[in-house]
Amino acid sequence: MTTTAQIAQKGVLVDLTRCIGCRGCQVACKSWNERSVKKTINRGEYTNPQKLNSDTYTRIEFLEGAFGQAPAWHFIKDQCMHCKDPACASACPVGAFKKLPNGPVTYDFDKCIGCRYCMIACPFQVPKYEWEKRIFPWVRKCTFCSDRIAENLIPACIKVCPTKTMFYGDRDAVVAEAQKRLADNPGKYVNHIYGKEEAGGTSWMYISSVPFEQLGFNMKIPAKNLPDNTWAMLREIPVKVVGFVTVLSLIAIFRNRGNGHNAESKHKEEN
Amino acid sequence: MTLVEGVKKSFETKGMRLLLLLVTLGVVATFLRMFKGLGGMTNLTDDYPWGLWVAVDVFSGVALAAGGFAITAAVYIFNMKKYRPIARPAILTAFIGYSIVVIGLAIDIGKPFSAWHPIVMWNHRSVMFEVVWCITLYTTVLLFEFAPSFLERVKWDGALKVVKIIHYPLVIAGIVLSFLHQSSLGGFYLIAPAKLSHLWWTPNVPYMFYLSAIAAGLAMVTFEGIVSTRGLKREPETDIMIGLGRGTRIALLVYLVAKFADMTYRGNWQLLFAWDKASIFWSAEMLIGVILPILLLSVKSIKESENGLLTTSILVLFGVVFNRFNMTFFTQSTGVEGFYFPSIWEMFVTLGLLAAIVMLYRLAVMHLPVFHEGPLNR
Repeated sequence: MTTTAQIAQKGVLVDLTRCIGCRGCQVACKSWNERSVKKTINRGEYTNPQKLNSDTYTRIEFLEGAFGQAPAWHFIKDQCMHCKDPACASACPVGAFKKLPNGPVTYDFDKCIGCRYCMIACPFQVPKYEWEKRIFPWVRKCTFCSDRIAENLIPACIKVCPTKTMFYGDRDAVVAEAQKRLADNPGKYVNHIYGKEEAGGTSWMYISSVPFEQLGFNMKIPAKNLPDNTWAMLREIPVKVVGFVTVLSLIAIFRNRGNGHNAESKHKEEN
Repeated sequence: MTLVEGVKKSFETKGMRLLLLLVTLGVVATFLRMFKGLGGMTNLTDDYPWGLWVAVDVFSGVALAAGGFAITAAVYIFNMKKYRPIARPAILTAFIGYSIVVIGLAIDIGKPFSAWHPIVMWNHRSVMFEVVWCITLYTTVLLFEFAPSFLERVKWDGALKVVKIIHYPLVIAGIVLSFLHQSSLGGFYLIAPAKLSHLWWTPNVPYMFYLSAIAAGLAMVTFEGIVSTRGLKREPETDIMIGLGRGTRIALLVYLVAKFADMTYRGNWQLLFAWDKASIFWSAEMLIGVILPILLLSVKSIKESENGLLTTSILVLFGVVFNRFNMTFFTQSTGVEGFYFPSIWEMFVTLGLLAAIVMLYRLAVMHLPVFHEGPLNR
């Protein structure tokens, strides 16, 4: 019997210098998860679809630009970050999102009521909605192939990648690998592992040769667990309830004393 | 004339028929929502998952119905006898308001038939869970607080006695529940410090929401008091309205001081001087909805005239609704191109809900002893 302590949380290092933009991951993901397609328009660029959507759990963003001195073409893989303390899991009123001990943040449609608070909560703008579905709209996002890794297989996108852009393993080993690559290749990478601390740490992390803000990464996400902000308020509720009830009761008793007495004496006066 | 006959007669006026038409349009739009799904009749997108219904029917609706706890606190806890005549109207407004909020919520969520899930599926770390429970419990409390008006009309003395016994516990429960969910509606945004401008985001946002809700509730009771008195040709309750105006001013001042103190303590004033969209909207919200009403309510000729009180209450209501809109939309618009504007069907649903509030309020004051002089029976 494996206990939680023995199940190591999995992680993935996305080495953005290795991606060649083949989009095998995008296709493999759709194939494994049996997703459909959405109508898009040709906007004269490779990034397609423009954003993640309910049929696209991962996609490559193609960024052309003058990064530093030389013009370059960068490819960034976008998918759920599978945070250690996910905002979506804390936000969901019915607990439809769960962080599994081995890493994936999973979604249980049967619980979902469709309030879309998870979409508001996620700092990485990951969860997408099946707006077109009438009766049973799901929230959709990358599953970290939780069904595959439960069978000791590796996620579809990682399996199919021709350049080994993604390094998959226990999160601690993944962080160590990232740090090793930064140390062994001075000047090649920006000295930052995106996802190591952001939102309190995520399972999917990135290293890059170009500053992350130039690649469109959100640099404003604090290095602390987002649910802590909410919990700070919620955990004070029991005390506040007791305090409020006590204070209101005391005020009510104090301010309403003499009500019965006054009514009595008024009655006597009228007689 | 029985209650049913009276209600039927009420729909003989043009005004009520128009309201009924709007409500019907809202019902039609709701059916459309059921048959075409949210994507088929709203302009909600992955970038803007929360739209008109959340901003108005839920967030603004709850803030505007805050008069229920404010007035019951004043009358029953603090024993301010002067406001007794408006206790029942305030409870009525709150009861109708919260019932409409619940309906609006059920229409907005993606799976309305799963709306009961939070009752048995718990996530104690979720603000949404706490708010759903509080609103459900509070609407029930309001039902029982409003019950005497109905029970007196149908002369059900047995039930009346029971309700009267639990009156004070109900009032206290109502005030506590209101504090919890009014502040937790602000708490929704605590999870998104990276998305919402820190002109609005602060760990103290729950207190900001609670304080502004008190002001909104008092302003709403003032507004509805003056409008219904004029519209229904009743004796003006100017003395009460002036008192409410004083209370609104105090509530606004406390809110303003709290907000400024928080901005200072957290060093966020520099965000104001960025003069971007967020700072312009924030400034407008504070100037029109808070500072201007405070100034106006300090002028004797305004604070003691019904027109002055009506104007200032409208400004406060606008300010609070604007605040709820700003927070809902600025949270979603960060890092997103494009914008959201509600579809015609979304507007029909919201208009239908608002029309229902006015319609039900009128029916209640006509046929139930809500006002101190009894049912208006007209």
